[in-house]
Amino acid sequence: MREMISMIVVLTVLASVSGGLLAAVKSGTEVRIEEQVLKFQKAPAIESLFTDVSNDPLKERFNLDNGETTVQIFPGKLPDGSMAVAFETFGKGGYGGDIGVMVGFNLDSDQLVGARVTTHSETPGLGSRAKDDLSFVSQFDDKPLDSNLALKADNGSIDAISGATVTSRAVARGAIQAQEIYRQLKPEILKQLQ
Amino acid sequence: MAQSLVKEFKKGLWAEIPPFRLVLGLCPVLAVTKSVENGIGMGMATTFVLVFSNLLVSLLRNMIPPKVRIACYIIIIATFVTIVELVMQAFTYPLFLKLGIFIPLIVVNCIVLGRSEAFASKNPPVMAVADGLGIGIGFTLSLSAISIVREFIGAGTITIWGGNPVFAMPEWFTPLSFMVEAPGAFLALGLMLAGMNLIGSK
Repeated sequence: MREMISMIVVLTVLASVSGGLLAAVKSGTEVRIEEQVLKFQKAPAIESLFTDVSNDPLKERFNLDNGETTVQIFPGKLPDGSMAVAFETFGKGGYGGDIGVMVGFNLDSDQLVGARVTTHSETPGLGSRAKDDLSFVSQFDDKPLDSNLALKADNGSIDAISGATVTSRAVARGAIQAQEIYRQLKPEILKQLQ
Repeated sequence: MAQSLVKEFKKGLWAEIPPFRLVLGLCPVLAVTKSVENGIGMGMATTFVLVFSNLLVSLLRNMIPPKVRIACYIIIIATFVTIVELVMQAFTYPLFLKLGIFIPLIVVNCIVLGRSEAFASKNPPVMAVADGLGIGIGFTLSLSAISIVREFIGAGTITIWGGNPVFAMPEWFTPLSFMVEAPGAFLALGLMLAGMNLIGSK
């Protein structure tokens, strides 16, 4: 009995101390990690989407709540004077987990500016081409908001990367999800930008 | 005391150097030694975990009930691994992206659990830290050595920090990219292990 109690006590104390310590480290590094993610993952995707914007989308970012999650929105002033926004969604069901997709929308024409992959754990050389080879994601450029962004195999309009259908489908899901979020949040985005 | 301390430290650098002598923890050895930068980063992360988990296991060695010792070690090790993971994300994000899943997998690295079970749980804290430091530095050296061979032959470069090679072979050199693929890791490790045994057997 004594042994039993000592086992329970030791494990409980150890686990609680560990939990407390980790919570402290987590809250201590949280801000910096967010900055690093922004700098190394989101910034390159945004720069590649908004090639000649006249503002700094990273500095002017703001958060909106769509009822389920908080969406971080990056506004960009396009060269023709129209406003665009970009935000990240996560396409479910990639070969190695969810795939982060940064999708841009033109607020005046409601067209997609484009889509870029931010994070993924796909097979190098196959699924990783969704990020490295822009010929796949450039299919999303200038698509109207009501277009079907599913793969052609799923009766949509996007050609899958050959040999990486699962990855392509996850990216397409991310883009479709972005269309929904955009429709839902557009009034609030316009309000925020004024 | 001081003499045995030095002995415990030095055994990790040659006599029991992982993974050559202590053939444990092969999974990260094979997976991350594609470039020297990754090898050094992985080695340093493992050293940190080894030193602190050895220290704690040794401090608590008389309090931990024998029946749940492995569970206790795992809690301690997992805590330090998570700390390393968070700190790497905050300060060396590109390296964190490259090492990816292999950072959390240090939890199940046999070297770390092996040292806790075989050494730290039976020795005083100072000795345990010397052992952890020795084994950790030895592991870092081996990872560096393997990754130097692999990166040099496989890519013709040596990258120590920040993604820019400090050394690159001239244009005429055709890298044998087989060496930075997975099978190349086995080949490099096997040949180096054979070399170590050849030197050791004399």
